[in-house]
This record gives sequence, C-alpha cells and structure tokens, in this order.
Amino acid sequence: MKTARAVAIPLLLQLALGGAARVTLPVAQAEEYPVPPPPLSDGIFPCSDCHADLEPDPTPRVLGMHEEIVERFHHAEAQRWCLDCHNPSDRDKLRLANGELIDFGESYKLCGQCHGTNFRDWRAGVHGKRTGMWNGRKEYRLCVHCHDPHRPRFAPIAPEPEPRRPWAIDTASEGEPSAPPPAHGQHGSE
Amino acid sequence: MSTTRDPHDTISRRSFLKLAGLGSLAIPAGSADASIWEAFFRKSFREMNRDEVGAMLERLERRYAEEHGYQLAVKVTGPLPGVKYGYGLDLSRCVGCRRCVYGCVQENNQSRDPQLHWITVLRFAKGEKWVNDLERADAYYHAEAVPEDGYFYMPVQCQHCEDSPCEKACPTKATWREPDGIVVIDYDWCIGCRFCMAACPYGARRFNWGEPGLPAAELNPDTHYLGNRPRPKGVVEKCSFCIQRVRENPGRYPACVEICPVGARKFGNLLDPASEIRYCIDNKRVFRLKEDLNTNPKFFYFFAT
Ligand code: SF4
Ligand code: SF4
Repeated sequence: MKTARAVAIPLLLQLALGGAARVTLPVAQAEEYPVPPPPLSDGIFPCSDCHADLEPDPTPRVLGMHEEIVERFHHAEAQRWCLDCHNPSDRDKLRLANGELIDFGESYKLCGQCHGTNFRDWRAGVHGKRTGMWNGRKEYRLCVHCHDPHRPRFAPIAPEPEPRRPWAIDTASEGEPSAPPPAHGQHGSE
Repeated sequence: MSTTRDPHDTISRRSFLKLAGLGSLAIPAGSADASIWEAFFRKSFREMNRDEVGAMLERLERRYAEEHGYQLAVKVTGPLPGVKYGYGLDLSRCVGCRRCVYGCVQENNQSRDPQLHWITVLRFAKGEKWVNDLERADAYYHAEAVPEDGYFYMPVQCQHCEDSPCEKACPTKATWREPDGIVVIDYDWCIGCRFCMAACPYGARRFNWGEPGLPAAELNPDTHYLGNRPRPKGVVEKCSFCIQRVRENPGRYPACVEICPVGARKFGNLLDPASEIRYCIDNKRVFRLKEDLNTNPKFFYFFAT
C-alpha cells in the first residue's frame, strides 16, 4: 500500500543518515523554542541607528518621541516605563531584571519574569498557539506575536459569519422546490 | 485498520444484495459498467485485503475525476501504534471568532452550498445555566466584534467518545472507533438512516440532505478514505480529528488547532505523558461534556487561567 511505502522511506533514510543526525542533534537542542523572527515595526530596527548618538536619560518620564507607543501604552504603566525592558546602553537589546542582555528574538524570557505561570504553560505548548507536528517539530510564537508588548490585552476581532439556520439551507437540487421554513421557531435561542 | 468484524452481518447483507440483484431491482443492466457493480457488491472496508482496498481507491479516484473533476488522492493511512488522540479546548481563551469552523470546512472538504459545518461554536451567557444544556445555547450569535461582554463561547465538535453511542446505534457498522481512538465513518457503507445522529448526545453529526456543493477549485486534494474525501448526498459526516493530517508520521496538528488565533486548541497523544494534552489534564481544571452519560469523550475542555 502507498502508506506502508510512505512510512518505510523516511525510516530507511533515517537509518542511512544516522551518523549525520547525531551530529546535528546539539544544534536542534540549542534552538529550544523555535520561533519566527520578532514582529518589529517597519523601519524602526536597529534602534541604534538613531540611539547610538543620543545620550541615554534614565529619568522615567513621558517621552516626546514614539508617540504611537506612548499613546497606546497600557501595561502596568503606573509602575513601568521604557527602560525597564529596553536596554539603555545598547538599544538593539532588551534587558532582564538581573541585568542580562537578550535579543528581541528571546523576548519570552523578559515577559516570563512577571508572567511566570503563563511562561510555564507556554513552554509546555499550552499557553498560546503552536503549529507544526503534534509528534515532531513544533513552531512556537513569541509572546509579542499575539500580544502587543505595549498593550498586551487582545483587542476584540470580527467573528466569521454565523451558520445558516437549518431551514435556510437550500438542499433542493435544481428543479425541485426547496423546503419552507417551519411554522414555529427553530432550534436554539435567539 | 481495525479488525473488529461481524461476519454474520455482512454475509447476510451480501447475500441479500445478490438476491436483490438477481431480481434486477438495483442497477439497469444497460448503463452499468463493471465499476458500479464492483462498488455495489464490495466488502466492508474492514474486511478488505490490500488489493481490494487498492482497487477501491483507484475506482474512487477515477469516479471523483469523472463526476466532479476532482484531482485528488485518497489514502487509507492506518493508526500509529501506541497513540490515542486527545483534544483540549481552553474555554478561558476562546473568543468565539469561528475561525476554526471555516478552517475545518476548507481542510475537510465540507459542502459550501448547502452549508455544512463540523464545528459549532455555542455562546452562553455568563452565570446562566451550565454548559451541559446545549439546547439553550446560541449557535447563531451575530456580533460586530467578539468576545462580547457577558458571554463565553464553547465550540463543540465530535468528542470521539471511547464508549460511543453513535457506533452502537449504526445498523450497518458504517461508523466505528479505530485503535487510535478516532471515530470514523465509511461514507460508502452509510445508508443514511441517521440513527447515529439521534444517538449522539453532542449533536456532532451532520447529514447531507442535498448534493454537496464543493467547487473543484476549493478542493483539498490530500484526502483520507475515512475522513475528508468528498462525500455523496445522503450520508452522515463529522469531525475526524483531521485523520488525513494527524496519522502522518510525523503528523500535523488538526487544522482547527493551527488556525485558532488565540491558541485555545490543544492536541496530542493521551498515552504520552509529555504531550500537551496530558499537561492540560494533569495541571488544569478539566471537564468533559455530559460526563454523566459515560460516553467517555477524548475531548477535554479546560481553563488555563
Ligand atoms: S478559532 Fe479559537 S477562539 Fe475562535 S472560535 Fe474557534 S476555538 Fe474559539
Ligand atoms: S461525539 Fe457523537 S459522533 Fe462523536 S463519538 Fe461521541 S457519540 Fe459519536
């Protein structure tokens, strides 16, 4: 049968390439949570393009720049401002509370500092969306692929259309009359 | 393929059909080509040997091409050893957007017109009667934006019951539970009596009242015999956990898992302690729908928060 062949070929390949697979394994492990690149706004990265020449001012304040972020910023804003997450000296990095610098592609470590239970569930593949193979390679999403880091709560979205009610579904083949709606109400509440 | 069989049933059905054929009740001799006869007198899927399955698939693919212009492959990939599929749905995340409903339609070749869905998203008012009362939920909510204040949403599809009432009700054994737990339907063996629909406590089954309308351009050509191959008029269908995807090795997640924008849907092997579904069961507040009926579903609703 087709299927027997489909299973056998990858198996044979794996056996034949056994040596090669063993060599690449450490690389696969280093890439612990395979995520797509972070969704940086167009034209804004690398931040150092502008910030390299600016003297960092560590005083928490309402910025005169980055208005679109300042306006929508809603993420415990009473306790937090830019440099709690963005690194003042090298702006192309984020900074953890312990001072460690990380890439934007590892921002889940930053979010996980406060959102520990979500981080735990995310690592298990239960918080957030995961795609790929249920018994093979999986693709994770960074927190910021779904949540705007400056305003993490989801905005409501438009739903897909409701299903047609049973009596409104025209099952008639061409030439046949379709069934009339029932006289009294229909299944389900309004 | 499962090996459960009841020779008595199928033999008596076959001899009945032979008699009927002799009495020239069935097919007008002039128009009948060999493949129609073969299809008519074929064995039950679970009794076929490889050659017979192969011949049947060829016949099917030819008929799909001739009658509908569908260019597709029908596979019969069997269950993976050591796997029982389980599904998890996070009610604390679902926003009721119905992306899963239409993602499923595309993946599984449901009829577009007349409309047929395998997933129903139910809307409940918060604080009202609890979710076992499906009749009072609203499947037809219309909203500009979701989630709406004061409501929560619960998608329902086949729960792949371990002790499935639908299977018991089927008089022709056209629906059965596979070793990996997927409850399947052989559309060519289904006589359309809809006993299974009456038996299913979850309203998970759908009947093709009309000729399914599926434009060839919208066809998903990767099909499984027991899953998303196009169906004829007059048969019952339902969710198959995307059997055409999940039985590959490695197997893809079901389409509804991948399309859900909030990641509310989880899937995996119940027998693997490291799987996502086991993590949900071990760590979250889980319930199954209508547990009091002892259908033992493999579909788990949970609250992640
Ligand atoms: S796609 Fe996800 S969030 Fe939308 S209705 Fe389906 S389960 Fe709920
Ligand atoms: S949910 Fe309904 S159709 Fe699915 S296995 Fe259970 S009884 Fe059968």
